[in-house]
Amino acid sequence: MDRDVVDSQIRTLIEPFNKKHVEITDGTTFAGDLEFDSLTVMDFVAAIEDEFDIIISMNQQAEIETYGQLVDTVCRLSQG
Amino acid sequence: MSEGVSQADRPAVREGAAVDLFDKFDETIRMRERLLASGVEDPFSLVMEKVLSPTRAICNGRDTILLGTYNYMGMTFDPDVVSAGQRALADFGSGTTGSRVLNGTYQGHRDVEQALCEFYGMDHAMVFSTGYQANLGIISTIAGKGDYVVLDIDSHASIWDGCALGNAEIVPFKHNDVEALEKRLRRIPAGAGVLVVLEGVYSMMGDVAPLNEMVAIAKRHGAMVLVDEAHSMGFIGERGRGVAEAQGVIGGVDFIIGTFSKSVGTVGGFCVSNHPKFEIMRLVCRPYVFTASLPPSVVATAATSIRKLMQAEDKRAHLWRNSQRLHQGLRELGFTLGTEEAQSAIVAVIMPDLETGAAMWEALLGEGLYVNLARPPATPQNMTLLRCSLCAEHSDEEVSTILGMFERAGRATGII
Repeated sequence: MDRDVVDSQIRTLIEPFNKKHVEITDGTTFAGDLEFDSLTVMDFVAAIEDEFDIIISMNQQAEIETYGQLVDTVCRLSQG
Repeated sequence: MSEGVSQADRPAVREGAAVDLFDKFDETIRMRERLLASGVEDPFSLVMEKVLSPTRAICNGRDTILLGTYNYMGMTFDPDVVSAGQRALADFGSGTTGSRVLNGTYQGHRDVEQALCEFYGMDHAMVFSTGYQANLGIISTIAGKGDYVVLDIDSHASIWDGCALGNAEIVPFKHNDVEALEKRLRRIPAGAGVLVVLEGVYSMMGDVAPLNEMVAIAKRHGAMVLVDEAHSMGFIGERGRGVAEAQGVIGGVDFIIGTFSKSVGTVGGFCVSNHPKFEIMRLVCRPYVFTASLPPSVVATAATSIRKLMQAEDKRAHLWRNSQRLHQGLRELGFTLGTEEAQSAIVAVIMPDLETGAAMWEALLGEGLYVNLARPPATPQNMTLLRCSLCAEHSDEEVSTILGMFERAGRATGII
């Protein structure tokens, strides 16, 4: 799937979770900049999994720190 | 021979400031200090000076009704159970000092495993030194690299730690959400091994899982199913086999995990299964192999207790009545509870925050009632809970007394 398409879909999905309206770039971190706690992460990941019909296991989530890394991971997983 | 043997220790010289490895606990230390500064008794350092019965103890000098022990069936002072333990202590000594696979399997360990096979009507039973180790060992061993563990997000710490110890892909789903489970199972790549991990009763809120639907879905997707029945054994189900029995799906469950530290009334953990290759677990499961086995007195008390629990219909009925009565009484007083109706012997009272919860906990203790104060991160959605668990030995009068204590403490702290 085209990276720009994935990017714009995830941008829409992240909106309800981005309570402080942080500006999102590829370098934005989930724990630091967006202050996601574990419950927010679960709901956000579930939203992405449903949208792209993929699984992002917790092992894979542990490798994802930034928004850009998430987009890359979703691109990779939704190709298979 | 290495040089280290003949030379004195020399601390390594390192550049820069030393890092205190305890700095990471500062937030917890501050939380505890804040709580104690408000003047409450420390909820996490209660000492029971004397235990009078399964439902009464002297706590911090006070005669106290125990309503937070998980001692659901009140077996801890059962005369048959106690004398079985005393006999084993005298005949077999105070401990085995060995692993189950070396010198740590006595006749009593075999006997308690036989009692578990009879209790559950299953072919195999394997006893661990704690319930925590049973989950840790089974989950980390059977789900390996490339396999998937699909588990409820509100799973007990021992289940999460079993996942962390192993090498499988870990996929959580929303608590008790059948559709969320189904979606995840559907997306797992074909050919991967899958273990679905569920609990019969979730111990924080006291709610029961829809095992009938979930086990069927897991089987349809070719997954194996493990159910932790720690909080239902002895009480839920016609023969006390747990929620899977009560919902008629015990035949679809591949592994039941349980504990001796709740209804059975001592300590230890187990897994029962009909899997034809199950016995190999004794050689490959590290939390089973690399620890000492339970003391002879413990397995003797457990075996006696388990066999008595098979015939405990009257106690089960009494415990259900008391659980329903306490649940309804607290709801009528105006408390917010974890479930709409009583689903187990756990009644969770939701507190507005940790400070108010601690004040209510202390007020109850002052009344002579002990409940569990449960706080984040052990609780779902970062809630503070006063968790009550009933015992079959609580009398009807005690339930009335307990409701009166809750009413006075609730008004004193402004919660109701």
